[in-house]
Amino acid sequence: MSQGNFILREPEYEALLSILRRLLMDASAKVAFLVDKNGTLLASAGDAVGFDTTSLASLAAGNIAATGGLANLIGEKEFSILFHEGERDNMHLSVVAERLILVIVFDRRSSVGLVRLRVRQATARLTEVVAAALAAGDADPGGIEELTEADIESLFK
Amino acid sequence: MSFINYSSREINCKIVYYGPGLCGKTTNLQFIYKRMSPEARGKMISLATESERTLFFDFLPLSLGEIRGFKTRFHLYTVPGQVFYDASRRLILRGVDGVVFCADSQLTRVDANEESMENLRVNLREQGYDPDRIPMVIQYNKRDLPNVASLAELHALLNRRNVPEFEASATTGVGVFETLKAVIKLVLIDLKRGGRQ
Repeated sequence: MSQGNFILREPEYEALLSILRRLLMDASAKVAFLVDKNGTLLASAGDAVGFDTTSLASLAAGNIAATGGLANLIGEKEFSILFHEGERDNMHLSVVAERLILVIVFDRRSSVGLVRLRVRQATARLTEVVAAALAAGDADPGGIEELTEADIESLFK
Repeated sequence: MSFINYSSREINCKIVYYGPGLCGKTTNLQFIYKRMSPEARGKMISLATESERTLFFDFLPLSLGEIRGFKTRFHLYTVPGQVFYDASRRLILRGVDGVVFCADSQLTRVDANEESMENLRVNLREQGYDPDRIPMVIQYNKRDLPNVASLAELHALLNRRNVPEFEASATTGVGVFETLKAVIKLVLIDLKRGGRQ
């Protein structure tokens, strides 16, 4: 898990996006984010304009990591679902394919039961796409082949 | 483990500032935050105690521009340095691409530096990394204070790998960007090789 790069190409990205859009509608949710466990945003659907998505991704990963640590302390592998209830909006976080986190923000137009049901359905589809992305990454481990020292130096000018 | 998104043409890398408590990890990030242009930096998040000691992590996202048509994003994290937060440190090292080891140059902190370096090596191994191969730089911070150890001593104690090392005074910013630039370079060179497989 800690070696090599995770590479997301156009077909898999589009597939993830399409699953998130469908999930958003089916769950009557406001926004859906897919984040990797290291805290990077992969894709989002819905009205994410008002959100600081970079911070959200980092904190969601921290949240899952911390509760995973708690789970280990009581002999559980991880707590795969977290639910945070707010006054207006709620957040549902779940682990997908062991390496990603699906974050759903919803309000009173939906319910935790509906979100949980739809997330379960979407998770199976997301898992297939992630497996395809990983297989494609294994076939071509990527890296930016043509990167030169001059390219790297240009970032600091 | 860098994340390359070919669809949005983005490279995301994670850099972790590690070191003993009160060595200046958060101060490094605060200085970078202050000096970067608002377009290049995101919001800095600090999960700290009421006395401003890091409880879980600090986080600062940076966008440094494009390489070969790819936007480069670097996520800087600090770990909580205090010994008893080891579980949190392990979590933050997950998926790390490069490490800045921030040492406290004061003579009284020599043992704490050594202990923290050993702890870093143990925790990297636990996360599946080879501590002798991961991109790393060492920063000897607080050089402006009296009663500091000599560079030769610090080097002998902490830099057995002979990685790039920098003197710094993070409160005034001396050495902060030199350190950051060096670790970013190492991370990108590693990325060019296609990771550490």
